[in-house]
Amino acid sequence: MKPETLATDRSDARLQPRITASVWLIAVLPLILLAGLVLLLLRWGPAQALRGDGYPPVERLVFQRVTLDSDGILATVMNDGPDPITIAQIIVDDAYWQFTVEGASELRHLGRTRLRIPYPWVQGETHFVKVVSSTGTTFEHEIGVAVTTPRPDARYLGIFALIGLYVGVIPVALGLLWFPLVGRLGKAGMDFLLALTIGLLLFLLADAAHEGLEAADAIPGSLQGPALFFFGAVGAFLALEALGVALRSKRSSSGVGVGLGAGWVTALLVAIGIGLHNFGEGLAIGAAFALGEAALGTLLIIGFTLHNTTEGLAIVAPIAHERVPAKDLLLLGVIGGAPTIAGAWIGGLAYSPVWSVLFLSIGAGAIAQVVNLIARQMAGQDSISRYFARGPVLAGLAAGFAIMYSTGMLVG
Amino acid sequence: MKGLSRRSWLQAAGVGTFGAGLFARRAARAQGPSSEATFPHASHAMGAVGRVSTEAFDPMVYLRAWNFSDLAPERRSKFYRETRRPDGSLFREYEIFGVDREVEIAPGVFFPAWTYNGQVPGPTIRATEGDRIRITFSNGGSHPHTMHFHGWHPPEMDGSLSEHQVMPGKQFVYEFDAEPFGLHLYHCHAVPLKRHIHKGLYGAFIVDPKGGRPAADEMVMVMNAFDTNFDADNEVYAVNTVAHHFMHEPVRVKVGELVRIYLINVTEFDLVNSLHLHGMFFDVFRTGTALTTSEVTDTLMLCQGERAIVETRFRYPGDFMFHAHQSEFAELGWMGLFRAEGSRRET
Repeated sequence: MKPETLATDRSDARLQPRITASVWLIAVLPLILLAGLVLLLLRWGPAQALRGDGYPPVERLVFQRVTLDSDGILATVMNDGPDPITIAQIIVDDAYWQFTVEGASELRHLGRTRLRIPYPWVQGETHFVKVVSSTGTTFEHEIGVAVTTPRPDARYLGIFALIGLYVGVIPVALGLLWFPLVGRLGKAGMDFLLALTIGLLLFLLADAAHEGLEAADAIPGSLQGPALFFFGAVGAFLALEALGVALRSKRSSSGVGVGLGAGWVTALLVAIGIGLHNFGEGLAIGAAFALGEAALGTLLIIGFTLHNTTEGLAIVAPIAHERVPAKDLLLLGVIGGAPTIAGAWIGGLAYSPVWSVLFLSIGAGAIAQVVNLIARQMAGQDSISRYFARGPVLAGLAAGFAIMYSTGMLVG
Repeated sequence: MKGLSRRSWLQAAGVGTFGAGLFARRAARAQGPSSEATFPHASHAMGAVGRVSTEAFDPMVYLRAWNFSDLAPERRSKFYRETRRPDGSLFREYEIFGVDREVEIAPGVFFPAWTYNGQVPGPTIRATEGDRIRITFSNGGSHPHTMHFHGWHPPEMDGSLSEHQVMPGKQFVYEFDAEPFGLHLYHCHAVPLKRHIHKGLYGAFIVDPKGGRPAADEMVMVMNAFDTNFDADNEVYAVNTVAHHFMHEPVRVKVGELVRIYLINVTEFDLVNSLHLHGMFFDVFRTGTALTTSEVTDTLMLCQGERAIVETRFRYPGDFMFHAHQSEFAELGWMGLFRAEGSRRET
């Protein structure tokens, strides 16, 4: 506090020190009492009294990651319940099997451990791993299709890069090639095209939200998947909104230059949104591949390629009437498509369902922001609902959704 | 796969030989074209990890104990008394109490059992045909229980109808003559029946013929199972309660000596159980109610509550596996070893 301020504003000067002292006390007092209460609860545990005698512990154990190699099965499990769990035995395919635990076999709440089970699993077949706790409660995990879990070596990085290339980069780049064409469209044509883009993105939004919430449901209850999803989506939405504001103010302060046209910011945001979405998609593909669940057949690759080509179109639509150098166009393509490769690497080599939830939610939030952005821009001064009632716009929306739906059928 | 699991068994038993290892390795190679799935011959082994504490209940002691013969005379007299009657038969009195108790059925796995005298199976009751049996049953458990005996007895001694239920804290005296001779069982008949039986309320009831049977190394094997997560499907199978116990502690027998197994099936939820003995054959006396038989086999199937007396002599020294021929039961705990000692004998 500067002395001048004290001199010029007496009422403030009088209030200030009093507030600092009492405010601190008021702020901290409940926390101190809370800490005391927690200590009390931990010490005398009235919860035990509430629970009553002879109540069995609440046991919940989740499998977080199960990998297969030539030494057998390696399972990471976590105690997702409130009470401690002691891992007593392992049953694989209805047979007690030898195993070793890393560290203690008693797990506290959120405690994790790895189980090494030297079981002779069979390539391409299904296995069931069951943990038996000391109370005889069982927790089962199905290995749907047994395949050796990829290791982070050059070969697998290459395979996943290739998958990412097929599924993300190439389709987006192909879509970008429509750039010269979209520049020749008239008003109605542009309306149709932008509406088509919104249709495409809305489909992706629905898809990402569904997959994300599904993944959120599958992760351990203590990790609160739905809350994580909500936070990721809203966070991404607001972060992109802030980014858009920052980019636009940068543009206005530096003047209109090449690569910073009116639509450029929109296109860049669309590319980022799609890139984030593709990262989540890559994560899912890599994970499925690593789990042996995706026989990455020709049809699947064709499906993803068709599906994602439209994403390139969505990126170039906002800059249809601008002059954009090829290298900037390429940059947009990389931003939109390349994250698929990174996603596939992480998904294939270090998969965790929590990552899936987080990145699918971020993708969903980003896409929602992009849809919002394009819709506002299209409508301009007009109200959005009136703008969307127009024929070409409606047709575009429907076409966008129909394209995604039909190409989505190929992906299954 | 067969070679692999066979080898695993051998390793678990600690009798793996170089030859067996070679065989298994060849089997592993032959199993598939993929090199990724080929397992090194390192130690993957079937079986539970660790050992069960035998302090509270030792399956090996249970194997050869009846009428509380495993207790010191002073303690034994608290649970069992016998008095000679004028006709030469015995009046046998038993003290049996019901009690809830956690039992360790596989290493580290504790089952909230209902027991007779704190053990599963309950104490083996053995008499000679014509003896008088009196059992004072005190229910110290948390639910109504009964003792329902297989054998001749009047209906009021049956322990099966709702009025026969012995409430917690109450007592009932069962009294009847031991007949016919054979291998029988007793179990709780309170409802729900499935739960009362699979929670552990059962035991062996042996009635010897008046003239006795030929001298033999006798043992009681109760094939039982435990549904630890209460989904009407068993997680642990065994003879005498503890999974894979006799794999670690082989049942020692002498080559050439007559071995008699009193085999009872009380497995719940599965329709049948079975005994398969490796490397030899045995005579089967179904329900033990006849002294002669023509049934010779190496695999015997028993339905729930069914029992049989099995007799054989070991011809070769060494380890002989015995287990349910339902592979699932075997790998979930119902598997053990005989260790025959002595030199080879023609039998």
